[in-house]
Amino acid sequence: MAEEYQAEGTKDRKARSQWRRMWRRFRRHTLGQVGGIIVIFMFIIVFFANFLAPYNYSTQHRDYSHAPPTRIHFTEDGQLTWPYVYATEKGYNEYYEKVYTQDKSKKYPIKFFVKGEKYSFWGLFKSRIHFFGTGSKEAPVFLIGTDMFGRDLFSRTLWGGWISLTIGPFALLTTLIIAIPIGLLSGYFGGWVDMLVQRITEVVMAFPKLPLWLALAMIVQGLPSAYRFFFIVGVFSLVDWTALSRTLRGMVLSAREEDYTMAASAAGAGSGRIMFRHILPNTTTYLIVVSTLQIPIWIIAEATISYLGLGIKEPQTSWGLLLSQANNLESITSYPWLLTPGVFIVVTVLAFNFLGDGIRDAADPFTTVGGR
Amino acid sequence: MIPTLILVSIISFGIIQLIPGDYLSGRKLDPTISRETLEQQKENLGLDKPLPIRYWKWVKGVITRGDFGYSFSNYRPVRDVLFEGRIGFTIFLGIMSMLFTYLFSIPIGVYSATHQYAPSDHIVTFFAFIGLSIPNFFLALVLLYFMAAVLGVGPNLGIGGLFIEKYMGAPWFHGFVPNMPKISNFFWHVWPYILAVGTASLASVVRLMRGQMLEFMNRQFAKTAQAKGLKESVVIYKHVFRNAINPIITNFGYAFRTLVSGSLITAIVLGVPTVQRAYWTALNQQDEQVIMVGLTFFALMLLVGNLFADFLLAWNDPRIRYD
Repeated sequence: MAEEYQAEGTKDRKARSQWRRMWRRFRRHTLGQVGGIIVIFMFIIVFFANFLAPYNYSTQHRDYSHAPPTRIHFTEDGQLTWPYVYATEKGYNEYYEKVYTQDKSKKYPIKFFVKGEKYSFWGLFKSRIHFFGTGSKEAPVFLIGTDMFGRDLFSRTLWGGWISLTIGPFALLTTLIIAIPIGLLSGYFGGWVDMLVQRITEVVMAFPKLPLWLALAMIVQGLPSAYRFFFIVGVFSLVDWTALSRTLRGMVLSAREEDYTMAASAAGAGSGRIMFRHILPNTTTYLIVVSTLQIPIWIIAEATISYLGLGIKEPQTSWGLLLSQANNLESITSYPWLLTPGVFIVVTVLAFNFLGDGIRDAADPFTTVGGR
Repeated sequence: MIPTLILVSIISFGIIQLIPGDYLSGRKLDPTISRETLEQQKENLGLDKPLPIRYWKWVKGVITRGDFGYSFSNYRPVRDVLFEGRIGFTIFLGIMSMLFTYLFSIPIGVYSATHQYAPSDHIVTFFAFIGLSIPNFFLALVLLYFMAAVLGVGPNLGIGGLFIEKYMGAPWFHGFVPNMPKISNFFWHVWPYILAVGTASLASVVRLMRGQMLEFMNRQFAKTAQAKGLKESVVIYKHVFRNAINPIITNFGYAFRTLVSGSLITAIVLGVPTVQRAYWTALNQQDEQVIMVGLTFFALMLLVGNLFADFLLAWNDPRIRYD
């Protein structure tokens, strides 16, 4: 209360800026903050994927195809101990199917900062130090199992997260580059420009998104997998600029009648200056809110398209592509751990949605946040 | 509406031409098919004509004969490939999913508004958010796992598709008596589909309903109704609810859009024969006229959905007129 009083008092007459106020309101939105923290956490673990993962994402442990998650033991004879794993023994059951059992005679403690496979950290330096592992070939640690080729699913999930997480921000950037000028021009100049843009918008919006995304992804199907990321981004922005630019246009239409626009115009500002320096900053709040709520939609979209085999392709990987290994009933029931990358999708998307919800409530001065 | 549809069909046609290769490029690699046969086929299918002429021929067929074109890979008319035995299920399942969404989300929204900031409000909101955050296909996969591994559904009930083999050709009705085993088997197969598709727009409707209810509960007329001693339920349902429901109806068009996309992926995962699934097959076979009709059909569905929302709005709120 004292702090409040001082801010409103005579000592500091400067009004709190809009951003400060938004931030204060956001600080009261618990769910929004939790979402924000999880999003940051996800980006961090994905950024350090090489280090955090016990194996390289493409290493094939040929003997360990479809190995289940390795059990990590925390107790021994009912006593808490340093976490350890048993060596994995491979064998066959009566149907000649591969089974993995624990060899209870060999115990390997989990070590941190252990020496393992060589990797290059974003091309900056090479290292062999991994965050955890056993340091032994006999007792591999597959936190969430392996895939058909014996590749460690946990390492692949961390690595694939990089694409899943960055596709949203990238698509956002290109969408804004398309949508902002179109929305501004269309709203500001009106006339035939507006007419034309609105008709195009209507037609693009008449398509349901997924079928259109799929058809467009089909066009770029033959391109090399290294560039696919950018083409998927292109496909998303090509379809999704419409809603954004249309709302922006509406905001420009009303802003054009405002006094500040006329003042700027009377002071001799050109239309470009009025549009980008006077009108656009007034739409920032809206743009930020829409952006945070649009990113999770794209994360899901990328996962869906990659799951269907039209998105990211091997040797690159993403959460959706990892899930495509679980595309039939047999693999789902025999190897249910193949579904775990989906949990990463759900958590990330949930976090983004909470964050977006928090920002929306914080940006809207008419809602009460946090029950006050 | 009609000009939009024409433009949609032109764009769809353009997109198909941009997809590298066509239906014949797969056959070119087949050594058993001679060059002459290929040329002959190209001519028969009209693939040797320039693009505008091909498009015009298709439009003419639609207008004059109600002929939507020809599926190259199935040697059948597009209408049969895309709609036959599918359109009924598509519409039925679409309506069921919509019903699921609204039958759950509106009461939940009202409940969480009347219990604002209570623990139950937070729990309900949290689950609605989870529904929003699960990709449709992942939920479908999880449901498959749930049915197979947890419930242990065997071949007598079956998983995926619409029926087990036994009921495939069986009639729905024996005379006037419904064929109950078939119907129950059908519902057993479609509930995961309805759940997966229905939850996608659940959260947005819950949020909207909650916000609307809260806004109108604070209005003067609601306070007046309360002050003159009306029962709480009458205030909520007769005074607040009728006003709060309007944006939900407007949102119907948006929910419809989610439905068309969501049911595409869910139908692929669960193997349900809907129009969307036929579209996906055609996309993989580069069956151009089927893709084109498919895209245009989806656009038509969205337009009809919006139109329906407009009617509903006018019906609920007599003040709204479209002149």
